[in-house]
Amino acid sequence: MDVAVFWVLAVLAVAGAVMVFRFDSMARATFSLLASLLCVGGLVVLLGLDYLGIVIVLMMTIEMAIMAVFMVMYMMNPAGLMPMTMIHNKKGAAVVCGLVFALLAAGILLAPWPARRGKAPADPTMELGMSLMGPQMLTMMTLGMALFATIVATVVLATRRGRYDRFGDDLRARRADDPVRGGVGR
Amino acid sequence: MTLELFLLLAAALFCVGLFGALTQQSIVMLMMGLELMLGGVILAAAAAWHYIAPAASEGQVLIVVAVTAMALEMAIGFAVVTALFRSREIDMTDMAAELKE
Repeated sequence: MDVAVFWVLAVLAVAGAVMVFRFDSMARATFSLLASLLCVGGLVVLLGLDYLGIVIVLMMTIEMAIMAVFMVMYMMNPAGLMPMTMIHNKKGAAVVCGLVFALLAAGILLAPWPARRGKAPADPTMELGMSLMGPQMLTMMTLGMALFATIVATVVLATRRGRYDRFGDDLRARRADDPVRGGVGR
Repeated sequence: MTLELFLLLAAALFCVGLFGALTQQSIVMLMMGLELMLGGVILAAAAAWHYIAPAASEGQVLIVVAVTAMALEMAIGFAVVTALFRSREIDMTDMAAELKE
């Protein structure tokens, strides 16, 4: 049973991945990517990591929904009503990717992989939580800081009016030049 | 199912993603390629945890790191596209490369 599930998910994952770059429609490409990543989540569940697999499935669903919105906002051809190719250097990239895959496959097949050591814990989720809140706390805190830095960076990048608009080119304006007055003491 | 099968699948996903990241001109499509590459990394990490060291929780932590990297890449990517589009009305890598000239 597991073997059948593996092969179905594996074929769907690779097919979805390939179709991402073959569909004309941006929306279809997004959902093809979603299908591929959902299969990855399913395979992670198959490997015994239920919690992480479900996290991947949930995260990808939301992420691709957001991606579809951005697609429609920015791209010229969201519905795929006309064929389009927006690619460069297809041959070179294909050669590079073929070489990388051959290299990886050779490594995978030739490497003397160590035998399975130890037994999976009865509850891997519990183990992960204890690890993140215990010996791996530094990892968790680093991830937290990285996420916070990302929030700040995305707001700074995406905002229309930066500090130079508000405080002048030399940043010396006493009062911020805001279209709507308000805030503390302004 | 063996470790090698899972790793080959992960390598296939990684290489398809790499192809997309190298060829696509649209920045959003390029990010899809990066997502696929990270998907391959996640799958490889999960397979390594299951087949080599299931008792070690560090393998699971590695997957958490990879998933977080995926989310950060997406958020920053969209912010950069928004900033580029707002200032120059472009959404393609080649046009962005011309900016420096």
